[in-house]
Amino acid sequence: MSLEIYHETILAHYNNPGNSGVISDADVISKDNNPVCGDVVEIQVKFNGERIDEIKFQGQGCAISLASVDILIDAIKGKTVDQIKNFRQEDFLKLLGIEISPLRLKCALLGLKVLKTGVYSYLDNNTEST
Amino acid sequence: MNVEKIREDFPILKRKINNHPLVFLDSASTSQKPVQVINAIKNYYEMNNANPHRSIYQLCDEATQMYEDARKKVVKFINARNDEEIIFVRNTNEAMNIIVQSYAMDNLKEGDEVLLTVMEHHANIVPWQMLQKKGVKIKFVDIKDDGTLDMDKLKDMMSKNTKIVSVTHKSNVLGSLNPINEIGKISHDNGSLFVVDGAQSVPNMQVDVNNINCDFLAFSGHKMLAPMNIGVLYGKKEILERMEPFMRGSDMIKEVQLTESTWNDLPWKFEAGTPNVEGAVGLSTAIDYLEKIGLDNVEKHEEDLTKHALERLRDVEGVKILSAKNGNGMVSFHLSGVHSHDIAYILNDSGIAIRSGHMCAQPLMRRLGVQSVARASFYLYNTKEEIDKFVDSLENVKKVFKK
Repeated sequence: MSLEIYHETILAHYNNPGNSGVISDADVISKDNNPVCGDVVEIQVKFNGERIDEIKFQGQGCAISLASVDILIDAIKGKTVDQIKNFRQEDFLKLLGIEISPLRLKCALLGLKVLKTGVYSYLDNNTEST
Repeated sequence: MNVEKIREDFPILKRKINNHPLVFLDSASTSQKPVQVINAIKNYYEMNNANPHRSIYQLCDEATQMYEDARKKVVKFINARNDEEIIFVRNTNEAMNIIVQSYAMDNLKEGDEVLLTVMEHHANIVPWQMLQKKGVKIKFVDIKDDGTLDMDKLKDMMSKNTKIVSVTHKSNVLGSLNPINEIGKISHDNGSLFVVDGAQSVPNMQVDVNNINCDFLAFSGHKMLAPMNIGVLYGKKEILERMEPFMRGSDMIKEVQLTESTWNDLPWKFEAGTPNVEGAVGLSTAIDYLEKIGLDNVEKHEEDLTKHALERLRDVEGVKILSAKNGNGMVSFHLSGVHSHDIAYILNDSGIAIRSGHMCAQPLMRRLGVQSVARASFYLYNTKEEIDKFVDSLENVKKVFKK
């Protein structure tokens, strides 16, 4: 457990998240919380067919959970649902580039969990309608 | 009270975390254990272990005796009338479930009300929610802005429908001590059953069930120097006798037929399966330890530490104190612009352990208008120097977040 997790990039995303906000005509709104600390993350997505057109988040939480979701969104903007389905936890942690202690993994991965839940619910709804 | 000498009894306090001596300020979550308790458990397994209440060989006799002696120790500790009133449970949370499931589910009906407070721990909220499916209403007494319970509101909310009042003796966030004798009297005058959550009070002050005249008291061993997974439900005998068992199976029966059974006497009626003898032995030793030091001394020591912490924290820019005016044993706070998890994580770098998060009291968090808080809590082994180190280290948090 080291303080290196609070490096410049993380703090910059935490203090000025570029992807925070809402989408008025979102296709999917996905929300979850971390029962350990009560952190909440909500992600709103507008799809263009199979591709993410627009994506925003809002939430309350620690620097790690909120910076992580902002970094995640930068990484997956414009990707297809298949690419997101195949985007693994390990890929994301590698992208974050910080060593996360076991107890804080949930903070770092909350955004990814919310995103995947949202994408799957979008797929479910689309399958039903076709 | 010689704190330096007490500290020598706690092996874990010699540990280093990130090359710093451990400063453990999370005893309201769980306390550390003295070597006396650790050794008592070790000795039990090395010398006496057997399944109690079951056979007639010597070890079984010894294990049974140790288990029942621990119960007698608890009887005296909280001034209950007899062994039948002391049920060993896993923790306060389980005790609350026994009250709700074995008493309230059978005795309350549609239109009845249970009165709780907004400062309750989840253990004294969630079990009661079960009653809603029977049409029972749960009501919550608010706190005043100074963090103390609003007694006027409590009186206003009592009605002929109020069948149970269940209140924490001491808040695990605000540190405030509720006027439990007064609430008990109001409850009984109203004909309501009176339940006390003693998880935060029994470890550090004299709690006398005869004096507070509660119908039930629940507390956990692990917050008072004993191991995890041993706790106590005290209940008045005449009430416990009328209740159905909570868990069913072995040891809690008198006779088992293929399709029906009769129940064992109190207290065993509520203790199904092989009991936690090591836990009871540990609890008994913990009580000896606390009584030797004197709970009055423990309480006084915590008062001194709390006062010192508040004085020091008041000078830290950006710190907002959230604990109550009359709070003791803990200081809950908020640091402007920094989430409690980040505070706790950065303090850990200096070997300091504090609690962060919602404190298992989400309704209270909402009432206070915060999502989470940081909490430093104190016990008999903590020192003013540790508190100084904790407050000084908040500067590291600010440095990281450039506040």
